[in-house]
Amino acid sequence: MQRPLLMHCLSKTKIAMLKFDNVSMRYPEVGDVLRNVSFHLQHGEMAFLTGHSGAGKSTLLKLIPVIERCSRGQVLLDGQNLNKARNRQIPYIRRKVGLIFQDYKLLQDRTVFDNVALPLVIAGYGHNEISRRVRASLDKVGLLGKEKKYPVTLSGGEQQRVGIARAVVNKPPMILADEPTGNLDPELSAEIMHLFEQFQQVGVTVLIATHDISLITQMNHRVLKLDHGQLIAS
Amino acid sequence: MKHINKNQIKQDRWQTRTSGGNLVDKLQAYRDLHAHALFSSLGRLIASPFASVMTIVVLSVAISLASGFYILVANLQQLTGNLEASNQISLFLRDEVSNAKAHSLADSIRQNQGVQEVKLITKEQALEEFQAYSGFGEAVKALEKNPLPFVIQVLPKNSLENKQAIEALLENLKQETEVDFAQMDMQWVARLQSIMDVARRGVRSLSLLLGVGVLFITGNTIRLELHNRHDEVVIAKLVGATDGFIRRPFLYSGFWMGFFSGVAAWFIVTTTMLILKQPVEKLSGLYDGAFHILFLGFTETLALLAISSVLGMAGSWMVLHFQLQKLKPE
Ligand SMILES: Nc1ncnc2c1ncn2[C@@H]1O[C@H](COP(=O)(O)OP(=O)(O)OP(=O)(O)O)[C@@H](O)[C@H]1O
Ligand SMILES: [Mg+2]
Repeated sequence: MQRPLLMHCLSKTKIAMLKFDNVSMRYPEVGDVLRNVSFHLQHGEMAFLTGHSGAGKSTLLKLIPVIERCSRGQVLLDGQNLNKARNRQIPYIRRKVGLIFQDYKLLQDRTVFDNVALPLVIAGYGHNEISRRVRASLDKVGLLGKEKKYPVTLSGGEQQRVGIARAVVNKPPMILADEPTGNLDPELSAEIMHLFEQFQQVGVTVLIATHDISLITQMNHRVLKLDHGQLIAS
Repeated sequence: MKHINKNQIKQDRWQTRTSGGNLVDKLQAYRDLHAHALFSSLGRLIASPFASVMTIVVLSVAISLASGFYILVANLQQLTGNLEASNQISLFLRDEVSNAKAHSLADSIRQNQGVQEVKLITKEQALEEFQAYSGFGEAVKALEKNPLPFVIQVLPKNSLENKQAIEALLENLKQETEVDFAQMDMQWVARLQSIMDVARRGVRSLSLLLGVGVLFITGNTIRLELHNRHDEVVIAKLVGATDGFIRRPFLYSGFWMGFFSGVAAWFIVTTTMLILKQPVEKLSGLYDGAFHILFLGFTETLALLAISSVLGMAGSWMVLHFQLQKLKPE
């Protein structure tokens, strides 16, 4: 009886959550933005992606939810080759990846509850289940009781936490954040980063793009550094 | 390795909590989703009444034109439908022809082997008939002299099926000196029927054109709505919405627009018919009173609503198909 579980664990550990294999990305207008990038993240690992402005951080992140496709090499998400993903599979790939944005990307004409509920509605969860999960997610980011508010009435830090609640509400195995603290003061930034650590502690793989060096050095996590599209440290 | 295994187990715990929800829940959720899309799209239509009303007015004018012409032709057809194309020939005799002459002509035509039946209508009979049916009874009484000619109605033998033979007979009869002019009934019935045929085809192509118009008008409205809700669509895509999910509320918007336009068109057509009903029936009463105006019936109304709704949905589907392909997050 123990064998299958062991096998399961072993097979899963062999497959990295995220694997970049010699990935290059070229925009016809500007040329190569990523050059031969190779790295992998294990399940439950947390890493920062850093580098100068224009180094290709956002571009690298966009390859994971297949917002863009790479020109050469392979991107594997939980063993699935994203190059080979068909267009109609993309929504299901995106459900595995919680996205967090610098500008939050909240729906201004919807309440906090509706914003957080969106991924669950899309995934076809029932009424009660949605209600329960949204509350749990808002509780985790410390916003319980603000369900009925509209995003404009919240502070920047609170809006970002709504964004995080939305990203984790359907419990994706991976979270990607592009400059999640870009618009926040250092104190709020540290708070948000602490939140990410909590998700990592329950086994979520976290990748955060940022150029906030001081924040990175405060925290003891792996750092991937891009320079003109090349990975110079991992 | 040990560390990773620990993480894996943690993550499995995080994940197992995700895989809840049985089939009944999912089905319920699916139904909720549709109901929500149906009513929220209705809500949005009501939330911007001016834009919605504008579109619906344009659509309903197009739809009521098509259905109005349809019912018009149906009415005309009712009017002409009981006219049978007979081969009867009417000979109108010259004014100066005497009673005796008329009778002898009728008798001589009766001898013709191509003729089955001959009927002479005297001037007096013609006048009586005219007085009875025309509605000009009093006016006719005021006339000093009977203005109507003798008429000889000739029914060719059935053996003269083909047109040439009947026409030859007609030519023959025209030669008679007493005949002022000769007319074949079949000609005008046939003409009327071919006019009706043209009208039916005309209505069909006009409806097709108007239908295409409706398709594009709804398509354009949906395109604007999609444009207005661009951010929402992009965010939905980023969090894993399928095209089907994104399409759904817009398809329902198209449905509502088509449906309401159909309802409006029904009211436009029916009101117009009601306005026409009285004068038409008065007019028909002046003649033989057999004509009753036809309204859109139950099946026709259902068809009207169904076609409008389907056109609305098809118009939005068409636009969504192309726009969503183009649309990429960011
Ligand atoms: N859609 C696009 N089309 C063409 N070029 C692009 C596109 N997106 C990004 N680029 C180019 O790719 C390069 C890397 O951009 P990217 O946004 O990945 O940098 P970044 O590391 O995220 O920078 P920042 O720290 O300023 O956000 C830039 O030179 C940019 O001009
Ligand atoms: Mg960037």
